Amino acid sequence: MIEVENPRIVNLKQSLEKRILVIDGGMGTMIQTYGLSEAGFRRARFAGHNHDLRGNGDLLTLTQPQIIAEIHGQYLEAGADILLTNTFSSTVVAQADYALTDIVTELNYEAARLARKVADEFSARTPDKMRWVAGALGPTNRTASISPDVNDPGFRNISFDELRSAYGQATAALIDGGADFILIETVFDTLNCKAAIFAVEETFDAKGVRLPIMISGTITDLSGRTLTGQTPEAFWYSVRHAQPFAVGLNCALGAEQMRPHIAELARVADTAISAYPNAGLPNGFGGYDETPETTAAHVGEWARSGLINLAGGCCGTTPAHIRAIAQAVADVAPRKIPARPKTMRLSGLEPFIFPIASDTQPEFAR
Amino acid sequence: MISTFVNIGERTNVTGSARFKKLILDGDYEAALAVARQQVESGAQIIDVNMDEGLLDSQAAMVRFLHLIASEPDISRVPVMIDSSKWPIIEAGLKCVQGKAIVNSISMKEGEEAFLHQAKLVRRYGAAVVVMAFDEQGQADTAERKFKICARSYRLLTEKINFPPEDIIFDPNIFAVATGIEEHNNYAVEFFDAVRRIKAELPFCRTSGGVSNVSFSFRGNNPVREAMHAVFLYHAIRAGLDMGIVNAGQLMVYEEIPKPLLERVEDVILNRRPDATERLLEIAEEFRAGGGAQQEGPDLSWREAEVEKRLEHALVKGITEFILEDTEAARQQAARSLDVIEGPLMRGMNVVGDLFGAGKMFLPQVVKSARVMKQAVAHLLPFMEQERADSGEAAKVNGKIIMATVKGDVHDIGKNIVGVVLQCNNYDVVDLGVMTPVDRILEAARREKADIIGLSGLITPSLDEMCTVAAEMERQGFSIPLLIGGATTSKIHTAVKIAPNYLKGQVVYVVDASRAVSVVSDLLNEDLRAANIEAVRLEYSDIASRHARGSGREGRRATLLEARANRLKLTWAGYQPPRPSFLGLKNFEDYDLADLAACIDWSPFFQSWELTGTYPAILQDKRVGEAAQNLFKDAQAMLKTVIMESWIKPHAVIGFWPANAIGDDIELYTDDTRRERLAIIHCLRQQMHRGDGKDNFCLADYVAPKETGIADYIGGFAVTAGHGVEKIAARFQVAHDDYSSIMVKALADRFAEAFAEHMHAQVRRVYWGYAPEEALDNAALIAEAYRGIRPAPGYPACPDHTEKRALFDLLKAEKNAGIDLTENFAMMPAASVSGYYFSHPGSRYFGVGRIDRDQVEDYAARKGMSLREAERWLASNLNYTPVAGGEAAE
Repeated sequence: MIEVENPRIVNLKQSLEKRILVIDGGMGTMIQTYGLSEAGFRRARFAGHNHDLRGNGDLLTLTQPQIIAEIHGQYLEAGADILLTNTFSSTVVAQADYALTDIVTELNYEAARLARKVADEFSARTPDKMRWVAGALGPTNRTASISPDVNDPGFRNISFDELRSAYGQATAALIDGGADFILIETVFDTLNCKAAIFAVEETFDAKGVRLPIMISGTITDLSGRTLTGQTPEAFWYSVRHAQPFAVGLNCALGAEQMRPHIAELARVADTAISAYPNAGLPNGFGGYDETPETTAAHVGEWARSGLINLAGGCCGTTPAHIRAIAQAVADVAPRKIPARPKTMRLSGLEPFIFPIASDTQPEFAR
Repeated sequence: MISTFVNIGERTNVTGSARFKKLILDGDYEAALAVARQQVESGAQIIDVNMDEGLLDSQAAMVRFLHLIASEPDISRVPVMIDSSKWPIIEAGLKCVQGKAIVNSISMKEGEEAFLHQAKLVRRYGAAVVVMAFDEQGQADTAERKFKICARSYRLLTEKINFPPEDIIFDPNIFAVATGIEEHNNYAVEFFDAVRRIKAELPFCRTSGGVSNVSFSFRGNNPVREAMHAVFLYHAIRAGLDMGIVNAGQLMVYEEIPKPLLERVEDVILNRRPDATERLLEIAEEFRAGGGAQQEGPDLSWREAEVEKRLEHALVKGITEFILEDTEAARQQAARSLDVIEGPLMRGMNVVGDLFGAGKMFLPQVVKSARVMKQAVAHLLPFMEQERADSGEAAKVNGKIIMATVKGDVHDIGKNIVGVVLQCNNYDVVDLGVMTPVDRILEAARREKADIIGLSGLITPSLDEMCTVAAEMERQGFSIPLLIGGATTSKIHTAVKIAPNYLKGQVVYVVDASRAVSVVSDLLNEDLRAANIEAVRLEYSDIASRHARGSGREGRRATLLEARANRLKLTWAGYQPPRPSFLGLKNFEDYDLADLAACIDWSPFFQSWELTGTYPAILQDKRVGEAAQNLFKDAQAMLKTVIMESWIKPHAVIGFWPANAIGDDIELYTDDTRRERLAIIHCLRQQMHRGDGKDNFCLADYVAPKETGIADYIGGFAVTAGHGVEKIAARFQVAHDDYSSIMVKALADRFAEAFAEHMHAQVRRVYWGYAPEEALDNAALIAEAYRGIRPAPGYPACPDHTEKRALFDLLKAEKNAGIDLTENFAMMPAASVSGYYFSHPGSRYFGVGRIDRDQVEDYAARKGMSLREAERWLASNLNYTPVAGGEAAE
């Protein structure tokens, strides 16, 4: 198989060497500002659907595409280089909650097309600055590593193969819709992520194409671990086989709390580092209060400390946040990707690096 | 190079462990999980899971067990090796693990196509892989064929499907030797040769093997099998074997294999003579039961004595091997379990106590005896609880003692030894651990109705904490004795500074662990108690008043101005300070323990066990030589395991910065332009009156003064060998093995010091690089026969512990080496060392000694600290009595 010599991808990789690329900001919290009603989500097409649909933000790609396009546009206007498709929940696993599993292919395809269209419009306006579309695969609402039944820790309500098939379907439609690369994001269970990696590779094989992959994990609380208990370093070793062009963290934490974990990843990962934190920690009402200046000050410091190659925002961030972040990283050189000694690096919840003995393992020039 | 060997346990392998097989067949997954947990707790770095058993739905068992492991963070911490000869079971396993696992194994048994298909899937699932030396023709037995198959697999994997070579582990097949079939005799040698070639010619890959296969023909004779495993591994690791599946419990220490057995096993493994098998068979029987028949084994004639004598022997000699059966035998003869403790066991311990008191036994031996005692008591405990429930009677103890390392301090080896010695003498010791705040100590003392409190500390700020505890005891109306011990404590400090805080009770200094028992029994003896306390009180008040009278006895101090005028004046003109090979920081993770072991200075190790003397002469010492030899042997055996099983993870960070001296301070700059100041190191100057032509030293004198315009540099370091130690020590404690628990901590301390020594040598030779040709042996290193020094904040040349904060900030030591500082600037983990590097050939170690108020005021102002605070941190160095009392005094 050949990696497609897509000029946009060539440009992406070249740009990454020159500057810190800016990812867009929160989608869900932006949608909320439109104050849509149940009818606003359904519109004519789903007027008769037998399940509540309010809150299914991904559905707006089909029923209110102008809103999604507008949000995409605002982020690009603010200085984002990369748009995430509006597909956080567009898998059969997640859409089952809305009884909409039959439109999953369409959701992914149209979301990719929509983001593609907006990105291309902006790229055309400023040909020297290209914009890219990340086809987003969300975590789903189930976890393959944890039992939902406290009395039966061996039980699982989703299997690797179910996830693999769901992710494979979404990936194929994202590729068809025009995504530049695949982003496996908000990973709180690395086993879900590994099923996604498997599915993405399988889909690449089936389609005879190969897009770059980016992976973004989520440290769910101040313990500094993923929901399923891995440290950032262990997480990296678990997903490194996908050879992602970037790995990083998003969601759950604000920039301030995310810093040590980004720093740890930056230390261990021999690939680009991305970070798109929330606008602080949620306030008592589930909203986000952190000002663009505060978020950007943190992200700017990361950039100056040589920790990141891509930055953006997640929940609660707005075009104003992205504008401030874009300014904060504009003139800062991207992190240099470190070379790490070649040795077996395994993981459970914690990393295990096979010791290197210089006298038994000669370094060969390769 | 041995340190890189990774041992994979086989206790969660149904083909390797009969017990595990039974648990799984019985469906007892709870107990099966406990096996896995125990394996991880005892240091397994990877756990091998194998469910290949004909009577089992192996795939379902694999999935169920891996799901259950995923719910146990203390097990799933480590990576899994998914072990099966059946691909569908492996694939089912791969779908259950979120981490990066190892697949064991795949091979070309069914041809290239199936092999590559499986390998590609392994890669897609994100795992590493064990590849067996097996092809369409079968398993390889000669070195040549083993290598050829591995080389072919390697090429296919790396060239056809881009499999990362570092994720490939070759298993070139370990086969049984000494089977009686001549063709099998060379199997081990073929394996070693294959490993050697694989490692030399197939870059980045690893090698592995199932070690127990080699001894298959000696089933039923575990001592011989264990010796064979040890010999096999010894040679295999030297050939480059990276990992092995072997039950660590089924392994003898190579050095401890009895000579005649070693020779014959080695003949077999290395195929050194045609009659090797016969000769091993000839003597194998002698070793079957543990070696009673042959002369070099332990003398077991004591086993024939009465049970009481056997218990005494075991206690005095520190032998745990038979203690459970002997204790049980004694229990069955006794009316109550308590009688066993109060009878034979206490009598045995009294013998130990007498020998110890008479100087015929030494601390390490006593601690070993305590281990025997504890295991015996642990065996009796459940019976006693039952009997107590039946009769309401409890065991009598001599007294209850609360022990703690004070707040802000983490050092506990000495305290632990004292605790063990007291326990041996039937005192009930409640150990509160390290970093214990005063309220927890006093709360525990009240709750436990303690008879005595014992405090320990190693760093100087702990002295102040001890005063706090004493004052609190006074305030809260305690009257029980307070014992003081630890490296920086002293009788004079106790008498002058601590005792006056606590007049309702008596503070008593304990010079070392050997004295602890006599001090405690003097204080608790009902008849003599009052007289003993009075004697201490008189002695201390005498010391205190002599101190008060004689506080000017050391003669006039030089004023700070005079001392500065009499500074060390190095000639800077024409001196070109060496520039380090880099500026900024460099980290070292998981440093090679074997490299560090070579740098260990053993003399302090013996001191920590209260055996005084210099290594190696101490081993031949008339008085303590035998105890020292035994201790050293145990230490060497543990050292080997520490290295083999990577119990300790040594980390370090070093840094270099442009620097110049300004007066008594050293200014560090962000870069060579020296425009922006990065930090200041504040130094203290000797103030002793110098009539002898000597200078008043200060560390700043070793760095070029700013006004010279000379570009000088300074370095800093923080090293630790403490990560992993607590876990191992706790594991030993759970097993009632204080001896090993204290031993591992004492070794960790030695590793930390060795690391500092080794790193300093690397700095001189490479990183600062001013002595590239330096070639010193370990003795010369210990004698400090090199250029440059590495003084540590908190120690004589720079006694202010608070300077550690600035050093740690410079080094980002918390992040880079995982060392934290307590509120009193003790380093955590305890086995850590930090300090500065000075390169000037004229730099020498010195002690600041006592300083006067003029310098403390100047120093406090330079640091932006109040005088009071500076006096508190420098309390041990003050040549005057600071204005005492509350805030009003300021």
